[in-house]
Amino acid sequence: MTTLSRGVELTDDPDRVIAPGETFASVTDQIAGVVQRPVTWLFMSAFGLAFTGVMMLLIAVSYLILKGVGIWGIDIPVAWGFAITNFVWWIGIGHAGTFISAMLLLMRQDWRTSINRFAEAMTLFAVACAGLFPLLHLGRIKYFYWLIPYPNTMGLWPQFRSALVWDVFAVSTYGLISLLFWYVGLIPDLASLRDRAKTRFGWMSFGILSLGWRGASRHWTRYQTAYLLLAGLAAPLVVSVHSVVGMDFSEGIVPGWHSTIFPPYFVAGAIFSGFAMVLTLAIPLRALFRMQNLITLRHIDNCCKLMLVNGLLVAYGYGSEIYTSFYSGSVYESFMTINRFIGPYAVGFWTLIFCNVLAPQILWFGSIRRNVIVVFALSIVINIGMWMERFIIIVTSLHRDYLPSSWGMYHPTIWDWATFIGTIGLFFTLFFLFARLLPVIAMAESREMVHETDGGVHPPRKMEPMHAR
Amino acid sequence: MPAEVRDISKRLFGLAAEFDSPEAILEAAKHVRVQGYRHVEAYTPIPIDGLSEILGFRRTWIPAIVLCCAAIGAGGGFFMEWFANVVHLPWNIGGRPMNSWPAFIPITFEMGILFAGVSATIAMLALNKLPQPYHPMFRLDSFTEASRNRFFLCIESDDPLFDLEKTRQALETVHPLAISEVPR
Repeated sequence: MTTLSRGVELTDDPDRVIAPGETFASVTDQIAGVVQRPVTWLFMSAFGLAFTGVMMLLIAVSYLILKGVGIWGIDIPVAWGFAITNFVWWIGIGHAGTFISAMLLLMRQDWRTSINRFAEAMTLFAVACAGLFPLLHLGRIKYFYWLIPYPNTMGLWPQFRSALVWDVFAVSTYGLISLLFWYVGLIPDLASLRDRAKTRFGWMSFGILSLGWRGASRHWTRYQTAYLLLAGLAAPLVVSVHSVVGMDFSEGIVPGWHSTIFPPYFVAGAIFSGFAMVLTLAIPLRALFRMQNLITLRHIDNCCKLMLVNGLLVAYGYGSEIYTSFYSGSVYESFMTINRFIGPYAVGFWTLIFCNVLAPQILWFGSIRRNVIVVFALSIVINIGMWMERFIIIVTSLHRDYLPSSWGMYHPTIWDWATFIGTIGLFFTLFFLFARLLPVIAMAESREMVHETDGGVHPPRKMEPMHAR
Repeated sequence: MPAEVRDISKRLFGLAAEFDSPEAILEAAKHVRVQGYRHVEAYTPIPIDGLSEILGFRRTWIPAIVLCCAAIGAGGGFFMEWFANVVHLPWNIGGRPMNSWPAFIPITFEMGILFAGVSATIAMLALNKLPQPYHPMFRLDSFTEASRNRFFLCIESDDPLFDLEKTRQALETVHPLAISEVPR
């Protein structure tokens, strides 16, 4: 049992979504207090480390623009190396944010309130990192706008039957809708920060960003309608975006890619890796900002359960892929699978089986799901495993072409690594800035939670979705 | 309108009563509505079910606007694909028919979602007349608590029944924490 500064005792009650004794004022003060607290050395060093990654990314991208994609390890037959692996990995991580904020809202899961705001921010930053890679991978980056359909003097149009063009629309719609959803959710909280601002600069900036929100009852009614609609619109995006990414692969006649299991299996994998990243971020965050009363063990527990379910779906996907490759009777398909088992990238394959299929099975035990240190370690393992999965899907499918004379190997160069690690730096830099400058937990929704639980004394009276009528 | 009343409504935005719970402001809102006040608005840190309806809010057009925009987005998206790949630059891919509509569905869907989401946001802000950096309520010193734990009910001075004394008495009967005049 932990005791907070205010003397509130935290219980391990699994049903609690908010600690007892909270009031409208206490949750607002606590969450907004993080933004108004002075910067610590710990924060500055973590931020500095992440920012070093951004500098590395800038150098890697500048050199790439100067020299072209030849600085990467890609070649024929492996023309999709780290860039597409990283793209799929990052965009997958983003999915948990949308899943938490939209799907769980519509399914009236009240516990989502404390984690939705930073999960949405995580989505935005992950999409920003993901979006870089297809552009960098173009080779001639200056022509990126050719992806967008616009009337041009060459009389050319994108080929709308191609999944790669669907991707342009799916990812940009996803990015924009996620941004709007996040911002609309933030408006009442920005107003709270404006009202608490101690400096004129803070008052002005939060005043402009909050658009003059004053909590009028008619405004709230329209706001709730719009928020619920945005949730309803974002929910199908969870399914559609990664389905389209899956179709990037399954539309190609490459053994290991050409499979109808890809869209659903990619969606499950995306939510799986996304929840892993949510836990990777939430566990240090609640400890660092002392938010164990708002992000309770119930949140960790529920995220673990969802991660386990999606992990099992992913495991089913692996099984189905292996079974289908032998059942197909195609020599290329079965060779591809055997090559994954014992070929040159076998270590990667068995790593991903360990990380994504075996390791998550410990989540069947409730005591493990409530042990934050084990869960944190497992979330890192799953992040690595899901990155490895995309790497194996891309590289092992490509490197053994139909003709042995066209076989090749993919060796990532230092620039591949610099770009990849650089985007991790970018992600954390953006996340640290967010955690400092904006409330990491939705304040207005937490106040609603206090109202519905009578200050955390009772379990929620009814499973009314937050912000929804 | 007598000259005196006009003067008050020039000088005052309204009379605001302050409460500390959602239940109290709901009761107060019902009370002043029963008394016949029409230009009443509540300012609360959380959305309260039914409060805006008590204060006379009828319906919102947002769902209808969003539906129209979704249709425009999806229709426009499909038209763009059809025009580009069937009319303007026909290109035979894998022997499929020119108007291979199933392949056009993902972008049609994405465009529908995009237009709907953007319109939901813009419609909400526009109907709420936001952004509006200045509002008379911000003149109240205690109004900074309206985004924390205070609930305000303001009877506006342009209400036909507004009278400084009588309105104050009407608000006093619901036992607010404080009643303040809101300058313009």
